[in-house]
Amino acid sequence: MTSNNQVQSTIRRVLDDKRGMPGALLPILHDIQDELGHVPPEAVADIAEALNLSRAEVHGVISYYHHFRTEAPKGAVVQVCRAEACQSCGSEALWEHASKQAKGQNVTLESVYCLGLCATAPSMSINDKPYARVSHARFDHLLAQLKEAA
Amino acid sequence: MSKIKIYVPRDSEALALGADEVAAVIALQARQRGIPIELVRNSSRGMFWLEPLVEVATKKGRVAYGPVQPEDVAGLFDVGFHNGGAHKLGLGLTDEIDYLKKQERLTFARMGITDPVSLDDYQAHEGYAGLCKALTLKPTEVVQQVLDSGLRGRGGAAFPAGIKWKTVAAAQAEQKYVVCNADEGDSGTFSDRMTMEGDPYMLIEGMTIAAMATGATRGYIYVRSEYPHAIAALNEAIARATEAGFLGNKDGKGVLGSGQAFHLEVRKGAGSYVCGEETAMLESIEGKRGVVRAKPPIPALKGLFGQPTVINNVITFASVPIILARGAAFYANYGLGRSRGTLPIQIAGNVKHGGLVEKAFGVTLRELMVDYGGGTASGRPIKAVQVGGPLGAYVPEAHWDLPMDYEGWTAVGATVGHGGIVIHDDTADLSRLARYAMEFCAIESCGKCTPCRIGSTRGVETIDRITQGDAQNRPQQVKLLRDLCDTMVNGSLCAMGGMTPFPVLSALNHYPEDFGLSKPDRKAA
Repeated sequence: MTSNNQVQSTIRRVLDDKRGMPGALLPILHDIQDELGHVPPEAVADIAEALNLSRAEVHGVISYYHHFRTEAPKGAVVQVCRAEACQSCGSEALWEHASKQAKGQNVTLESVYCLGLCATAPSMSINDKPYARVSHARFDHLLAQLKEAA
Repeated sequence: MSKIKIYVPRDSEALALGADEVAAVIALQARQRGIPIELVRNSSRGMFWLEPLVEVATKKGRVAYGPVQPEDVAGLFDVGFHNGGAHKLGLGLTDEIDYLKKQERLTFARMGITDPVSLDDYQAHEGYAGLCKALTLKPTEVVQQVLDSGLRGRGGAAFPAGIKWKTVAAAQAEQKYVVCNADEGDSGTFSDRMTMEGDPYMLIEGMTIAAMATGATRGYIYVRSEYPHAIAALNEAIARATEAGFLGNKDGKGVLGSGQAFHLEVRKGAGSYVCGEETAMLESIEGKRGVVRAKPPIPALKGLFGQPTVINNVITFASVPIILARGAAFYANYGLGRSRGTLPIQIAGNVKHGGLVEKAFGVTLRELMVDYGGGTASGRPIKAVQVGGPLGAYVPEAHWDLPMDYEGWTAVGATVGHGGIVIHDDTADLSRLARYAMEFCAIESCGKCTPCRIGSTRGVETIDRITQGDAQNRPQQVKLLRDLCDTMVNGSLCAMGGMTPFPVLSALNHYPEDFGLSKPDRKAA
């Protein structure tokens, strides 16, 4: 667990570093999430003050974009692509399988709409590492590897 | 003994198939066997069914092996693949592979050949010849070259690039911008990703030429967060180009001593499809919600931070260096009608030989799907093909022999878009795909205009009533769906709501049986 002090110092450092950029809000949110795994709700007031925005504006941006999360993810982030190219190769069945297998496991399973690996579908990523032509067996194997590594 | 050059791609699709693991085993085996090698992490040739594709430089040229798995490496060394030895994975000389040989690679000429972040490699393969040429011309002459080449926006809207540039060049402002739309969110498309990962300097050079031609001194590349490898490659390339004086303002003398500075920066998106719409993208770069702006004013006059802004997609900018280097006429000589030049086409979905095929306009879907693609991966018949991303129509077989060009395709209701082709076999249910199109629009709508925000949700419900409801009410619900689509097409602020009906209606028109309708109900699009 990240302590409160750590969270505060990360937010302060990111704000000092980026507040002067034109259109700084997204880069700030990215930096915070990259370091802490999420954008903690207590960051909103500090960001708003640093950028001279209202809290509502900052909150509005965080909630608008699918990428930003306000709670820490559980374990590894597993993204299964469910867009058309992957659908044509069975991504819906893979998604159902993945949902079943991931239940109770220490992973955060998410849908993603295109990883750009459309010629070797279905695809997925684990903490940004890409995997293509993911069969159900390959998914189980990768999940088992994650469990081992934990 | 000189080192043997061995190439293992670093493109993320190759990585997804195990390229890093293969590279590691090759390095280890070479060390153990005392064979001196230089391992180059090149970009992909775009033949993804052969990835990881390992190449070896021989006297005769580069020889290819693929798809190579880590467990194949020892066997490859045993037969002396590092000297071009024969092996069951051997594909012969890379340049002689039919799939590559038949292409017309202008933009993708370096793809898979060079080390993506090596400036020396880039320059050794005609890189920066376009910018050097541009710096000998007046800005108006550069714009004229782009106009004369006939280059149109490759992101989907197909607006002539030169006209945008001309508008920005003529605008008076303290600060102008060049922005690259690299929010390649369409399923079935990956040419932008390949360019950023595999030949980033080409994009940087194209944007620099745009900056010099229009007087812009700052630029942004807006890349989606789903592309971490592209972002990393671009950042590395930008740092190196800036260090070498191809970007920035080295010694206060501007780009290559031209007197004009150009500062380039990558901005990361955050998982919003609609930010691929240019005005939503501008809002996002400005740090706001990616909500679409009403036009006018056009971004060329009032764009980023309210200033004149050139906005083009990755492939549009990437096409510019060769136009400048070889001349507008060279580029315009390819293609047909008002669709000049080439298009890097992406063959994806349920396909045997998926990959990147760059061809001049005029190629047909059948050639792409059958001659290049080799049919479906499942071996079943092709049922439907969606071209141009999630907002593109499903093209029925009757149009598979139509030469690809913007106007000709629009006339039959098809979209060239970003050149992505997604193939479905006969197990596909087009009513499900139509439902998905509406559902995707509901998830991704920015919410500004009602037809898109509400219409998409009503669309999902209506399709559900058609496919699951009482058969008696079906014709009435179909009429309702058509009405709804009409409202969305004509009443939406941008292409998100305005084009979502294209896949929906094309599915309904060409595959009525999937909606529980009899074939005679078929209506023209």
